[in-house]
Parts: sequence; structure tokens; C-alpha cells
Amino acid sequence: MEFFFQIVINGLSLGFLYALAALGFVMIFKSSSVLNFAHGGLMAIGAFLFLVLSAWAKLPIWVAFLLTLIGSFSLGFIIERFFLRPLIGEALIEVIMLTLGLFIMIKGLLLFIFGGDIHSYPDFLPEALTFHWEAVEIPGVYVASFMVGVIFLGLFGFFFKYSSQGIYMRSVADNQPAAMALGVHVRRVFALSWAIAALVAAMSGIVLGIINGINVHEISGIGLKVFPVVILGGLDSIGGAILGGIIIGLLENFTAGYISPGLREVIPYIALIIILLIKPYGLFGLVEIERV
Amino acid sequence: MRRLRFHPCGNFNETYREELTIFETDFGRLSLLVGLILLFVVVPFISNAYILYIVNTIGIFAIAAIGLNLLIGYTGQISLGHGAFFGVGAYSAAILSTKAGFPFLIAVPLAGLITALVGMIFGTPSIRLKHLYLCIATLASQFILEYIFVQWEGLTGGAAGISIPAASIFGIDLGSDRNFFFVIFFCFSLMTWIAVNLIRTRYGRAFIAIRDNDQAAEGMGIPIFIYKLLAFAISSFYAGFAGALFAYYMMSITPEPFGIWLSIEYIAMIIIGGLGSIPGSVFGTVFIVVLSEVLSNVTQYLMNISPSIGGAITIAPLREFVYGLAIVLFIIFEPKGLAEVWRIGRSSFRLWPFSY
Repeated sequence: MEFFFQIVINGLSLGFLYALAALGFVMIFKSSSVLNFAHGGLMAIGAFLFLVLSAWAKLPIWVAFLLTLIGSFSLGFIIERFFLRPLIGEALIEVIMLTLGLFIMIKGLLLFIFGGDIHSYPDFLPEALTFHWEAVEIPGVYVASFMVGVIFLGLFGFFFKYSSQGIYMRSVADNQPAAMALGVHVRRVFALSWAIAALVAAMSGIVLGIINGINVHEISGIGLKVFPVVILGGLDSIGGAILGGIIIGLLENFTAGYISPGLREVIPYIALIIILLIKPYGLFGLVEIERV
Repeated sequence: MRRLRFHPCGNFNETYREELTIFETDFGRLSLLVGLILLFVVVPFISNAYILYIVNTIGIFAIAAIGLNLLIGYTGQISLGHGAFFGVGAYSAAILSTKAGFPFLIAVPLAGLITALVGMIFGTPSIRLKHLYLCIATLASQFILEYIFVQWEGLTGGAAGISIPAASIFGIDLGSDRNFFFVIFFCFSLMTWIAVNLIRTRYGRAFIAIRDNDQAAEGMGIPIFIYKLLAFAISSFYAGFAGALFAYYMMSITPEPFGIWLSIEYIAMIIIGGLGSIPGSVFGTVFIVVLSEVLSNVTQYLMNISPSIGGAITIAPLREFVYGLAIVLFIIFEPKGLAEVWRIGRSSFRLWPFSY
């Protein structure tokens, strides 16, 4: 039973990470229909920016965290302006390939600067965060990341629901020509959604870095794990991304615990194929109806 | 003898047959002949072992790239699993020759057929899925196949891989690069010929109709699912065929080369070369293979001149960076690829020096 609980908890925390990673991904897809393969790269950039600011420049943690968020926010703007904007209206494969190219560039650059070793952040989490319940122990990093995640999810929910920019973003996602006709600045919405996605990506990169150590290969690899998560939840549903992340995280840990550890890496993709065959638009995705 | 044909000053086609013609002028045919003679008679005898190795690699990859272009460029079904299909071909050839003892001439086409079957299995999600969703489904097939290569040790030899005896045709040993060159480029010419002509048949036209608008295509009476599966099968056949040649050429295979990176490389080849263009796939392959060789030589050179700075670790990833940069720049500045550059270059020289 203890084993079972430990697996559930590991699965939930891993799933929560996936959910965080998927959140930024869904954000871009929702507003601009771009399948962002560079998401893992954005996560890695955020994690390393935080590393440089906190461990190398020795800034206080809060300052470093804020600066990282600001940095990745502007990075999102830059990427949208210089790489994605020339491609508005181009074929899908070119946009996908562009984000793949970006991903390779970012990964190469980070490997060049930081090497393939595992780095780690200075220890800044208070010991009291560690949670004990009978024999089950939840490390402090999980508790902290859960708290950060919940805060940000709440903030984004609020942002989308009530702020004017959030409403613009939803309107663009819903119907781009209609939004344009009503005076929504669509290009600005695209830029903003990339900036926010980069910010969310940076945050999930940091959380991942705290838990597993910061390694270019590992963090950018999570960027590909996002696909099963978002497909399960529905590509354009934020709630679906969270639920999908948790389901995939649990599935991975149960497979590793009860069937075979080797199967762990590939089970999300098997699940992905099955979901696509049964319910292509995911649990909460919008079913596209096409007319000729 | 009929008169030689030259370029007209515009598009004056009167029949559909003229529209479909491959060689607009007799010079096109002539230059193809000269090119083939140069390729088969001159190249293998003037190049040294290293150049020959690169040329052979280009030939093998070009076959698979043409297959991918048939799928993405002509049928519009994005596949991110081409590298794994290439691997399926390589493994099938290796297993057929070592475990079942098939000769080279049978093992290679058979490997292609097996891969076509695997491609059709992983192409079935295309019944309901399009665009992004299909792209992700093929990404999943890449990971699943990769997992099978590593884990099914009884068949694939796991991480250690399989080593294959040198191939031979009619008693001629193909162990040397030069002998294998002729095999590769014979297959390459044959496969290119098939692909170019396939596009002109009803199948090719159906593929293009599906790419342009699949619902309209269905409305015109094309059974789109069968044609999509056929496109997957043909494309995987090309990949498997090339993979089988690769296995025989390398003489030992491990799961490593067939990762997601290879799939990305294939897509890069056809994007840089030009989507929906058979010569473009070849240009793209040449570009990517040469670029990656040049980059690895440069890194090697830099490592040799500065071993003291610890260049070994820090310079190598720059290769990836340049690679990504090339893809991004091509997509932004020349989305139609090298085929378009070639076309523009050729047409500006067409009437040189008296253009208009």
C-alpha cells in the first residue's frame, strides 16, 4: 500500500509538471494555432537564465526569479516578432519546421554555453515545506512547485476570464476574422501569447530544474512529452492540459512501478495513438467541423 | 528527325500531354544524359574514399528524402517518423540477411515491402486525423519504433545491434565503396524515375488533389483514405529501401542513428530542397549531408588547433546551432527551397546574354 501511495504521489507531481509545461503550449496553440516544438527549448532557456542569475550572479532568489520571468517574457516577444510573424499565413509544415529549427538552435546554443552536465540551483527552499504523512514523504520541492503552480494557474484563469487582454486572446482564438473586425489587434495578441507562453515555459523549466537538476537534454526532452498530454486533454483546453498532465504522469509512474521501468518512456506515446484513434480531439478539445 | 525543341517565350501548351511533359526542351534530355554519364563513369573513378563515402550517403538519403517528399510535398500528410521507417528498413534487411539468409537482391526490396506495411499500420490514424494531429501521431510512431529497436533484443540485438556480411550480386563482392556506389546510384536513378512518373499518373494527381483540399478531393470521387494509406505505403517503401541499402553499406547497425534527429533531418532536407519537387529533395539531401560534413570537419579542425581550451566539449554543439539556423533562415527567406533558387537561376540564364 505504501508503494502504491508513493507511486500515486510521484505520478501526481510528475503530472503536475507536465501540466505546467503543457499550459504554455496550449496558450500558443489556442491563440495562434501554432504547434510549438520549441517549447522544451523555451523551458530550458528559462531554467538556465535562473541558474545564471541565482547561482552565478548570486542575486537574491526573488530578484532572480522576477528577472527570469521578465527576460523570458521579452524573449517570447522577440521570437514572435522575428521568426513567427513573417510566417503568418504560410503552410502548416513550414511553421512546424520553423519551431523545430528554433528548438535545435536553442538546444545547440545552450549546450555550447553550459555543456551537457547537470547543474543545480543553490538550496533556497525552507526545510519545513517537506510534508510527512505516516510513511509517505513528499519532498519540499514538490510542495513548493505545487504552490507556485496553483498560484500561477489561478492568475492565468483570472487573466483570461476578466482582463481585457485575456478577453482579446480568447476572442482571437475563437474566431480570428471576427475579432479583427471588432478591432482586436491580432498581431499584438499573437505577440502577447508567445510572451506569456515563454514566461510559463520558463517557470516550468525552473520547477523542473529544482526537482531533477538542470540539464539541457532532460529539460528539452520534456518539451516532446507535452504532446501526449495536450492531445489527451484537447489541444486548445487549459483545463484539459492540467487533467491530461496528471493522467499521463500517473500512467507513466504506474507503468514503471507495476509493469516495466523500460516501458515508461514510451507508454505516453502508445496512449497517444490510442486516444487519437478513439477520440481525436481529446477530452475537452473543440471538435473541428469542416465545410468545403 | 524531328526538329529540336527550344523554350517558347511563354506558356503555349495546347494539350494536356504537353503540360505533363518532363523535359521542356531536348537540351533537358541531353543534359540528363550527360549528367548520368558523368555520375556513373567519372565520379566513382576520380573521387577518393572520403568523397565517395559522402556521395554514397547522399545517394541513400536522397532515396528516402524523395519518399518523404511524396508523402509531405505531394500528398500533404506530415510525417515525423520517417527516420524510424528508415530504421525499420535497415533492421528488416539485416534480419532477413543474417537470420533468414536471404541474398542482397531479395532482401532489399523485401525490406522495403515490410517497411511499407509498417508505414501503413502507422498511417491508419490518417483516417480521422489531419494536419497537427497526424503530425503528432507520426511523432508517436517514431518513439514507439525506436523503443522496439532497443527493447526487442531477440530480433534486433538491442543496443549492440546487428552486423551484416558484405553484400554480393551475381558473385561480385560489394564490400568496397566503389562497387556499392553503382548499386546505390542504379537504385537512386530507378527510384527517381519511378517517383517522377508516379506524379504524372492518376495516383499522383489524386495525391495532389488530397494535398490541396481533401474534402474537395473526396467530393470528386477519390477514396481519400485508400490514397492516403497508399501514400504512406509508397513513402515508407522508399524509406525502407534506402534503409536496407544503408544497412548493407554500413555493414552493422545500432538503434542510435534512427532517432528523432534523423526524422528532423529528413524534413529539413525536403523543406530546404523544396516541398513538392523531386529534384528539390535531391538538392536538399546534398545540402544537408554536405553541411553536416562541413560542420563536423570544422569542429574537428577547431578542436585540433585548440585542444588546450577544452574545445572538445564546447564547440561540437555549435554544429546543431548552425543546422537549426540554416533551417530557420531557409523557411523565412526562401520557403520554396533550393528547387526555386535553381529555377530562378536557370531561367535567368535561359536567354543569356540576350535576355529580352
